[in-house]
Amino acid sequence: MQIKDLFSKKKYATIPSERPKRDIPEGLMNKCSKCGTIQYSKELDKNLKVCSSCGHHYRLSAFERIGMTLDDGRLYEYDADMESVDPLEFPGYKGKLEQQRQKNPNLREAVVTGEGTIGGHPVVVAVMSFDFFSGSMGSVVGEKITRAIEAAHEKKLPLLIFSTSGGARMQESILSLMQMAKTSAALSMFQGAGGLFISVFTDPTMGGVSASFASLGDYNLAEPGALVGFAGRIVIEQTIRQKLPDNFQTAEFNMQHGQLDLVVHRKDMKTTLGKLLDMHTVREGLSHGG
Amino acid sequence: MAGEQMLPFEKPISDLREKIATLKTLAESNGMDFSEEIARLEEKCKNMEEELYNEMTPAQKMHIARLHQRPTSLDFIQAVFTDFIELHGDRLYADDLAIVGGLAKLNGLPVTVIGHQRGKDTKDNIARFFGSPHPEGFRKALRLMQQANKFNRPIITLIDTKGAYPGNTAEERGQSEAIARNLREMAGFGVPIVCIVIGEGGSGGALALGVGNRVLMLENAIYSAISPNGAASILWKDATKADIAAEAMKITAKDLLEFEVIEDIVEEPQGGAHRDLAFTAERLKEKLWKHLAELLPMTAEQLIEDRYHKFRKIGQFQIAQTASQEAEEVTEAPEMTESAKV
Repeated sequence: MQIKDLFSKKKYATIPSERPKRDIPEGLMNKCSKCGTIQYSKELDKNLKVCSSCGHHYRLSAFERIGMTLDDGRLYEYDADMESVDPLEFPGYKGKLEQQRQKNPNLREAVVTGEGTIGGHPVVVAVMSFDFFSGSMGSVVGEKITRAIEAAHEKKLPLLIFSTSGGARMQESILSLMQMAKTSAALSMFQGAGGLFISVFTDPTMGGVSASFASLGDYNLAEPGALVGFAGRIVIEQTIRQKLPDNFQTAEFNMQHGQLDLVVHRKDMKTTLGKLLDMHTVREGLSHGG
Repeated sequence: MAGEQMLPFEKPISDLREKIATLKTLAESNGMDFSEEIARLEEKCKNMEEELYNEMTPAQKMHIARLHQRPTSLDFIQAVFTDFIELHGDRLYADDLAIVGGLAKLNGLPVTVIGHQRGKDTKDNIARFFGSPHPEGFRKALRLMQQANKFNRPIITLIDTKGAYPGNTAEERGQSEAIARNLREMAGFGVPIVCIVIGEGGSGGALALGVGNRVLMLENAIYSAISPNGAASILWKDATKADIAAEAMKITAKDLLEFEVIEDIVEEPQGGAHRDLAFTAERLKEKLWKHLAELLPMTAEQLIEDRYHKFRKIGQFQIAQTASQEAEEVTEAPEMTESAKV
């Protein structure tokens, strides 16, 4: 050994650490997809899943939304056991359906319908869930929405729909497209007879859902930042070969262009809906003399 | 058939026809007698055509439905109706040339006729946005339909579009709302509505003229929720697989008749409507009149009811066995959301 070896750099071998880095249980923390702020999930839940830093409204599943909106979070559910079949025998559809049901154990399809009350006002509700098959509308979504409209019509109750959808379910192609006509025809009957329909767009509501019942509310509301439109941004950019503004198709953009009545923060949604329902209750009582 | 655009799958036929033509010129210029050979080839050509066109795949039909020289709405309006008066504009913003409409007579009966309109050449196509309407197009159609409803005229619509125009200006002016409103309002009109898909029925932009008591399709027309190209690029990230998607999506008139989405199919000449407009128009007129005649005696209420039931019954689903007990119970929202209540 030479003397200079004594002063040479020591070589270290990497030994795997005994202790894993830091054990954070899955789901304890959440990172905002918009501003990157990390928050405790419990805090986020308390804040109705709205980022306390930037106000970004996280997407909600149907039952989360029902819990926040209906009195005591209680719903008398309609058609809970209705599920999709594969009418076109479309390659891979059955497997994809099964996968969606496993991913969402409490959902059988992309919409939950039923009856509840908001501020004491009885209402028929339909709440869509983006986490099931991107909220796409096939036969079941169309049928459940139509039955909800018909129930509101028969029971003379107001109708409230929270929409979120990527559009038509292409695995059911033409049958999916026809659900747009079916739901809209049901609304023609219901609204033609004086029925009240409040539509709330949530992030995102596109394509066939946006271009049918969701746009036909007597009042069209939206959550802040919700993406609402017909064609997707990428398709449009490819067509017009121009970059679109950042706020393109947001709720605020749509309100600015006259396409929405109101953008309502999630914390104010229940009270706003209660007020709207109340307005109609009072008027009916007066004009019809009880 | 000279100058006619042939599709790739038609190549064997066009090759054979060329051969026959060459033989004929040869016979003329040389004074030689090839009549036997020509007759034999012509017979072969006829058999080949029959075989090819009777067994067309959905993708082949899609290519025929999209042919540039396929008759457009205005061609059919001229050929089927008389006294057409075109009316313009939505009274709100503009006159969208991707949709044409107006008054016309069908066998002497005044009707309102509306259709998507593709362009005949590049310049015309640019002016007509390749037959893809903006909201003002759908609103023009709605205005004309409301007018028809007021004056108790039947409504005939001709459907031929790749879809509603995907653009920022269309979105700003409420593309979704314009389509949705047409669906709802068409459901409520007290006059007969007959819709015919004459070429490509693409998505919501097609359906916005499609809520009729009767929906018919030309034999080679297609109708789907999303174009096969769009489906292919979403499903397999490859738009060139459109032919495969066309097979899977059940887009042909025959398929849609089976699904009871349409009521009738209008026959086309061998090879497609572009081969003989007069023939196709005649068949279209016959079928159109047949269905209209059934609807004319009905009252406004009956027509609305009839239309409601037509669409109400479309869709397939099942009731899950395991969930039958839970179905009628009050469902509590999950624990997590309880803490999140307002």
